[in-house]
Amino acid sequence: MATETPLKGFIGESIKRKEDDRFIQGKGNYVDDIVLPGMLHMSILRSPFAHARIKSIKADAAQAVPGVVAVVTGDLLAQHKLAWMPTLSGDTQAVLATDKVRFQGQEVACVIATDPYVARDAAQLIEVDYDVLPAVVDPYQALEPGAPLVRDEKEGQSSNHIYHWEAGDKAKTEQAFARAERVVSLETFYPRCHPSPVETCGIVADISPVTGNATIYMTSQAPHAHRTLFAIVAGLPEEKIRILSPDIGGGFGNKVPIYPGYVVATAASLLLGKPVKWVEDRSENLISTGFARDYHMKGELAVTNDGRMLGLRVKMLSDNGAFYADAQPSKFRAGLFHIVTGSYDIPAAHVETDGAYTNKAPGGVAYRCSFRVTEASYLIERLVETAAIDLKMDPAELRSKNFIRPEQFPYTSATGFDYDSGQYEKALRLALEKAGYDELRKEQAEKRKRGELMGIGLASFTEVVGAGPGKHFDIAGLRMFDSAELRVHPTGKAILKLGVKSQGQGHETTFAQIVTEELGIPAVDVMVQEGDTDNTPYGLGTYASRSTPVGGAATAMVSRKLRDKAKKIAAHLLEASEADIDFDHGKFFVQGAPSKSKTIQEIAFAAYTNLPDGMEAGLEGVTYYDPPNFTYPFGTYLVVVDIDRGTGQAKVRRMIAVDDCGVRINPMIVEGQIHGGLAEGFGIAFMQLITFDEEGNCLGSNFTDYLLPTSWETPNFETYETVTPSPHHPIGAKGIGESATVGSPAAFVNAVIDAVAHLGIKNIDMPVTSDKIWSALHEVGAAE
Amino acid sequence: MGRSISLTVNGEMVTADVEPRLLLVHFIRERLRLTGTHIGCDTSHCGACIVLLDGVPVKSCAVLAVQADGRQLTSVEALAAGGKLHPIQAAFKQEHGLQCGFCTPGMMMSSFALLADNPDPDEEEIRWALSGNICRCTGYVNIVKAVRAASAQMKLSAAVPIPVGAGS
Amino acid sequence: MLPAPFEYSAPETMDEALDLLDALGDESKVLAGGQSLIPLLKLRFASPAHLVDVNRVAELDFLDEHDGVLRIGPLFRHKAAERSGMLASKYAVIAEAARQVADPIVRNRGTVGGSLAHADPAGDWGSVMLALDAEFVLRSKRGSRTIRARDFFSGPFSSALKSNELLVEIRVPAADGRKGGSYLKLERKVGDFATVAVAVHLQMDDGKVKSAGIGLTAVGPQNLKADRAEAALKGRALDDATIKEAAALAAAAAEPKADNRGSVDYKRNVVRVFTERGLRRARERAQGGA
Ligand SMILES: Cc1cc2nc3c(=O)[nH]c(=O)nc-3n(C[C@H](O)[C@H](O)[C@H](O)COP(=O)(O)OP(=O)(O)OC[C@H]3O[C@@H](n4cnc5c(N)ncnc54)[C@H](O)[C@@H]3O)c2cc1C
Ligand code: FES
Ligand code: FES
Repeated sequence: MATETPLKGFIGESIKRKEDDRFIQGKGNYVDDIVLPGMLHMSILRSPFAHARIKSIKADAAQAVPGVVAVVTGDLLAQHKLAWMPTLSGDTQAVLATDKVRFQGQEVACVIATDPYVARDAAQLIEVDYDVLPAVVDPYQALEPGAPLVRDEKEGQSSNHIYHWEAGDKAKTEQAFARAERVVSLETFYPRCHPSPVETCGIVADISPVTGNATIYMTSQAPHAHRTLFAIVAGLPEEKIRILSPDIGGGFGNKVPIYPGYVVATAASLLLGKPVKWVEDRSENLISTGFARDYHMKGELAVTNDGRMLGLRVKMLSDNGAFYADAQPSKFRAGLFHIVTGSYDIPAAHVETDGAYTNKAPGGVAYRCSFRVTEASYLIERLVETAAIDLKMDPAELRSKNFIRPEQFPYTSATGFDYDSGQYEKALRLALEKAGYDELRKEQAEKRKRGELMGIGLASFTEVVGAGPGKHFDIAGLRMFDSAELRVHPTGKAILKLGVKSQGQGHETTFAQIVTEELGIPAVDVMVQEGDTDNTPYGLGTYASRSTPVGGAATAMVSRKLRDKAKKIAAHLLEASEADIDFDHGKFFVQGAPSKSKTIQEIAFAAYTNLPDGMEAGLEGVTYYDPPNFTYPFGTYLVVVDIDRGTGQAKVRRMIAVDDCGVRINPMIVEGQIHGGLAEGFGIAFMQLITFDEEGNCLGSNFTDYLLPTSWETPNFETYETVTPSPHHPIGAKGIGESATVGSPAAFVNAVIDAVAHLGIKNIDMPVTSDKIWSALHEVGAAE
Repeated sequence: MGRSISLTVNGEMVTADVEPRLLLVHFIRERLRLTGTHIGCDTSHCGACIVLLDGVPVKSCAVLAVQADGRQLTSVEALAAGGKLHPIQAAFKQEHGLQCGFCTPGMMMSSFALLADNPDPDEEEIRWALSGNICRCTGYVNIVKAVRAASAQMKLSAAVPIPVGAGS
Repeated sequence: MLPAPFEYSAPETMDEALDLLDALGDESKVLAGGQSLIPLLKLRFASPAHLVDVNRVAELDFLDEHDGVLRIGPLFRHKAAERSGMLASKYAVIAEAARQVADPIVRNRGTVGGSLAHADPAGDWGSVMLALDAEFVLRSKRGSRTIRARDFFSGPFSSALKSNELLVEIRVPAADGRKGGSYLKLERKVGDFATVAVAVHLQMDDGKVKSAGIGLTAVGPQNLKADRAEAALKGRALDDATIKEAAALAAAAAEPKADNRGSVDYKRNVVRVFTERGLRRARERAQGGA
């Protein structure tokens, strides 16, 4: 750690994170750290069954436990019209079950007590009499006639079918398939997994019986949207609700929805006049809050014999669980899944998706993903691998042959996305070069002769992030813009207030650096404030990699607004005309006379002390930014695996990641995001799985069964970059939080398949566990 | 029901009345209000709750508060001595070994124990020693780098402050 | 996840502990490393009325080898087993298993005796002790008895231990001459219990197998001893054919169940593969060792 000249934080500088000092000293402030005077604790009783009618609930014994203040049931909530709440997808979800339970782990009753241990003791004493019903856990079975009806309470709902949605041009696609020399197909399942941040979800709701003010601390990735939804759900006046989202211990989409626990804790605080805390434990987190994926997909690619892609046809069935609670833009039933043409110039495409109710937990969150882009990316990259096998082509060459070429941008895809910029070939070449691709292929051939299994997997993904044009994209009706408010104080220090909310992404540093770039104020002097709805401008929050594309753009734009005013003040101070003032790295100077200059700090002081006549005092502003388009980060990942034929274990030997997210504001932070995303992609590919038995019992309900990779299993990552700025983003940045989780699962699976394809194995669904690999080998007589 | 326990917490003597069933992690967080020690799971897999008991790292969610009677407990709050960051803390910041910060105290306590034991671990030894901790943000790459950097730094600086209770 | 209430005692001598267990009977549970019991209490899968914490009973924590017997105290921690140079040089199966039990932090507290008493069919120590042909000393206020490891386990989470008894000593016939061992464990990640594991302990004499021990983890209602495989090795030179034959017998001895970790065929196959590999590794060690 040599001493260096301190960096100011201009774009491209890897300054150290401003938020770290509190975290490394154990002084972070997470929801569970919050203790208020008189605070009560809530514990939830959950359904042991996946599907059962509730005959009765007896709470007397629980109520009688010393320390118990209240027992809340669905009937009590129903009296306040709170037994059901709207979901982010326009469906309804039970807050506490009144009629039936519809998934194992569903919220049935809550105990509020003076101590969390007592609340737990009492919850165990609540007697619920259930009439167990047959459960349906498979979406295909759910759609068959006579399947148990999950949502019998919904008027007009006579089956488990939720929606049908299409994108692309069906007729044109049919024509392409009619013309094709070959059709390559793949049926695959992207299984249910869970984001599982190390911090679970929680809330401390504090509603003052005197003022009616509701102060709500919660693990929220979207505090403003949550405030509005709280106002709508609980009927509280919005101006009296203040949502505080303190430090968040990881989100990854898990902390986007509103969960029943939040609603009950808030209602309880309202009824009891005391603060109520609820922090879920890990099993609650895994069995009841936002799962991800659970997509059954069938893809077909129409190709010529020499590997040109002509058309893509996809049919997909989504398992949404008991309540359709996907977190995605309201007009897009399958999110941005129709980006499924990926990095390829496919002239025709058609996507058909359906959703089904089952007796499983609701969710459908974008787990480190921009609204189902992960499933789409997985499908196309696996399909391309399959095509390479069928066509006996090198998978790199096949990709290269079909990439959208740089001169085609802006490029309109067959399903209607307008890609902003990309250099796919360049990223692919870099990955191949860094990996030593030709050497690896030689090694593989030699190993094969000796009967050893080694595979090289590629994925050249394109993401779509930064929702997003508000005209088309909204969450529960709220347009997906975002905001920034910047105030420069007289001494030249500043506070930047944002509508987005960091969960570890380093906003306090990155967004300060945008101000540094635009105004020259060193990043250390810019305090970034987020997660307090009373003190930040309205925004839709942080998920879907939208903070830098949208919130970052807002920050750049508000800084530029202030710069314009600063120029006027500079002209006044330097006695020059505004048109003659230039700006560079925090200095305003007279053109041609750089010695005649004023720093931003001097100008800030003048903004409060020495203004031109008629100018309003102060140096501050606010911008709401509605992006003209998405941004499209991309890259190529390359994975090398070795497989043990005796145990089926796949060991990742190398993982090379080339990412292009446009301009990198803080490269250190960008790399960290990539590392994290790759590790999550690795986990999803090889071990993370939420599954159910036939009765609907969840088989991934804590960390003994839901496996998260540790430092030991996780491979080392070799990261590289190319830079293709977004042409429409004020600083050319594209967003990087999720690329690696979106792109990497296919690369890992492709590597495994590449190792065994010559034996006739073309697909193994995730998680690609050692027993599945061994069984596949065994079936073709190639296991040890 | 209550039992009286006395222990040294980060160098200070503490006496308290606790129910036998109270988990050490809750004692630390709720009673001592040392909230740097976190909870991330029910089954003792995540390592967010790791503290040192008589210098040995333990998962405080799998220890009862009564079991700490008469012992020396060190939590993340004691790593920085006299307002100066411990080299491990400095290295986690320097190498970007943390993002959301939730796993970080546990990671640093495991790292601390590793370096006390093996002052110059290689990548494989670090990955092995930290495999009782889960991080969802960093992908571990920079955590490994941070431990290496701390190791180098600690070799340079002769007098590294060792928190009370450690090094038994 | 919070435990239900219980009473708690922390005796300082073995006698005190035995008195307490005798007085409390079924109501009580011994608390050793707590790395299995405390998670169970939290999940409320176990709710004993009284915990007898033996962590302060210093006389239960020891390791020594004399008079042809290796003695391990029940409170001997996984970490201590991992670090012991003596175990590493003479009982490779113990050392190799020790570093694969649970995770590095859990190993700081978990104990060998607690693990055996817990009798988890997926626990690692049971197979190791079966391979070593160990004996356990069980003691109550009323007296003590010695039981062979193979007679100790009686099903998932059940053993010959009575509620007033304490496991007080593990006895392993001391290894001499050319010996080698191995513990191969297939786990899905660190901190996961075994999908399958195989413990092997070999003593060689003049190029022939003097005795062989093979224990199997997670492929039956309890840890299994692969007797027929052991018998097939005895007195023979360890050539590839013999190894293959023993491995097939070990696989036949396994009684796995299909679950999230794999099918019956899969697990059985891993037993075979690991027995082969484990025997080879043990053979190498025996050839290299003194
Ligand atoms: C995350 C995690 C992963 C794990 N992975 C593994 C693994 O891979 N392999 C593995 O083998 N284990 C694993 N374990 C379990 C661990 O090894 C435990 O330490 C061990 O099973 C129990 O030992 P203990 O000393 O902690 O016993 P405790 O938890 O204290 O007790 C366990 C049981 O044994 C009884 N008992 C304890 N000591 C005695 C005694 N001397 N006499 C009579 N009864 C006694 C107790 O009453 C209790 O019923 C894991 C644990 C965790 C938390
Ligand atoms: S909370 Fe202790 S290990 Fe997870
Ligand atoms: S930094 Fe977020 S879990 Fe490790």
